[in-house]
Amino acid sequence: MKELVIISGKGGTGKTSLSAAFASLADNHLLCDTDVDAADLHLLLAPRIAETHDFIGGSKAVIIAEDCSGCGLCKELCCFSAISDDFVVDTIDCEGCGVCRAFCPEEAIDFQPRKCGEWFVSSTRFGPLVHARLGISEENSGKLVSLIRKEAQIRAEQSRLDLIVTDGPPGIGCPVIASISGASAVLIVVEPTVSGLHDMQRVAELACHFRIPAMVCINKYDLNEEMSSDIENETQRLGMQTVGRIPFDPAFTWAMVEGKTIVEFDPSSELAETVNSIWGTVRSSEFLTKQEATILPIIK
Amino acid sequence: MIISVASGKGGTGKTTVSVNLAASLETPLKLLDCDVEEPNVHLFIQPDEMVSRTESTFVPVIDEQRCNGCRKCADLCEFNALAVIGEKVLVFPELCHSCEGCREICPEQAVQAGSRELGTIETGSWQHVIMSYGRLRVGEAMSPPLIARVQSIIDPDDLVIIDAPPGTSCPAINAMKVSDFVLLVTEPTPFGLHDLVLTVEAVRQLEIPCGLVINRADIGNEEVYRYARRESLPILMEIPFERSIAEIYSRGGLLVEHSEEWRIRFSGLFDTINDRAALQEVGR
Repeated sequence: MKELVIISGKGGTGKTSLSAAFASLADNHLLCDTDVDAADLHLLLAPRIAETHDFIGGSKAVIIAEDCSGCGLCKELCCFSAISDDFVVDTIDCEGCGVCRAFCPEEAIDFQPRKCGEWFVSSTRFGPLVHARLGISEENSGKLVSLIRKEAQIRAEQSRLDLIVTDGPPGIGCPVIASISGASAVLIVVEPTVSGLHDMQRVAELACHFRIPAMVCINKYDLNEEMSSDIENETQRLGMQTVGRIPFDPAFTWAMVEGKTIVEFDPSSELAETVNSIWGTVRSSEFLTKQEATILPIIK
Repeated sequence: MIISVASGKGGTGKTTVSVNLAASLETPLKLLDCDVEEPNVHLFIQPDEMVSRTESTFVPVIDEQRCNGCRKCADLCEFNALAVIGEKVLVFPELCHSCEGCREICPEQAVQAGSRELGTIETGSWQHVIMSYGRLRVGEAMSPPLIARVQSIIDPDDLVIIDAPPGTSCPAINAMKVSDFVLLVTEPTPFGLHDLVLTVEAVRQLEIPCGLVINRADIGNEEVYRYARRESLPILMEIPFERSIAEIYSRGGLLVEHSEEWRIRFSGLFDTINDRAALQEVGR
């Protein structure tokens, strides 16, 4: 089984539109959306949710006022300044380390695991989808990402599917690391802007750091063709392959408004043909075809 | 006053709004790029000289001479950053959240302070702006500690513009929570709306007044406008999709340097925010 993760560094370059288009073109595959913080893939795939599970993330401290003697030890030990002068824990600042609970002489601190979100297994017109929703202002997005990737792998194995296509999050931090570690390959979607180039370099460095092969697709390339050439040169310098260039086209937005992928929106268009050919290149790349490479178990 | 520029969805134009808002004014201000995973402000606002400072955080180092393998540290650690194999304590520094509980609980004083690099903070001045941004070390998973370090240069009477990271989870919340006003940048598309609704919910939990900037205002559909009306969210600026604007951005240019009209619009946006934040203050 192989796993392709679509990432970008910079947000809004077209990861989700492209992931959905690939979903409509791929065979024998399962989909996964690891942008658990601002998931959008479901808006194009209209999933029918078959399973809903709670995501139990970290714990947060709650001081029980009637048991508290006001000694102040918790406030003194908290490295995150999460405890107020009148001994109330700020749930946003609380890191969930449990140090206050461990040292409270009155055992006045409650520290229970909490529901931090939900994850789902759904069916879509392009196959099964494993996705999630992290609660607003919650932490532990990496933990939730690792959980749904593992579930996606289990389900793909059970159904004898040989490819997982994952729509990843922006950035290079915790949810991105959790999304790409152990994957067969990543596809970086980049736009021809100074920020697009800068952010691609950072995310390519991250892929390299975790030894994940990376490919690059330039979206809206004609908004700045000079920058697109710079990106291709940089891609080559970093030892990656540019698998294609997609022109700027408002049809991506029109398709999104109709809840369709760009391939469904106008199958005979040149744009659909371009996306189809990029998918062909990606799918036949050695990273997704060579037999010996398998997905490494996800490290917590 | 502290203004955060935020958005659930990435790529809606947070950086465009932050840098043009900052450049349109003449009063001294601090422009802080808190998207430490992918900072971009420095590509548009380029001080002649930058000072770089490396930031690190606590991780435990075990003094094996003193450690008796009692496991108290590993039992306390919520993040599995410490494990005991036989009588030896293993440290996984990348998993450590720097709560220092291990150091506190160790009866043998065998836990010493080591450090893990979070990244760097780069600071410089450009015209009336002090610009500072965090650059998360590639491979570092946790961005909130570095975001807090970027914000540590804020003084009480400063005018500050914060470019926040995308999303609604801890990095975005950490960047926004110090602010007096949140400017939410969105685009009128289904993705834009979906992520805007989540961000508005987050900002309301923080009880911070907010307003919208609608970027690429002529693409997509009317749903974002309907939502704004329904929720009484003020639309403070609309930026049309124009190839010329996209091209200026793509080269790292400032809209307000190319167009006097846009300079007036951005400084007007600031005045509106100032009035709204002041009203909110009186309301309290």
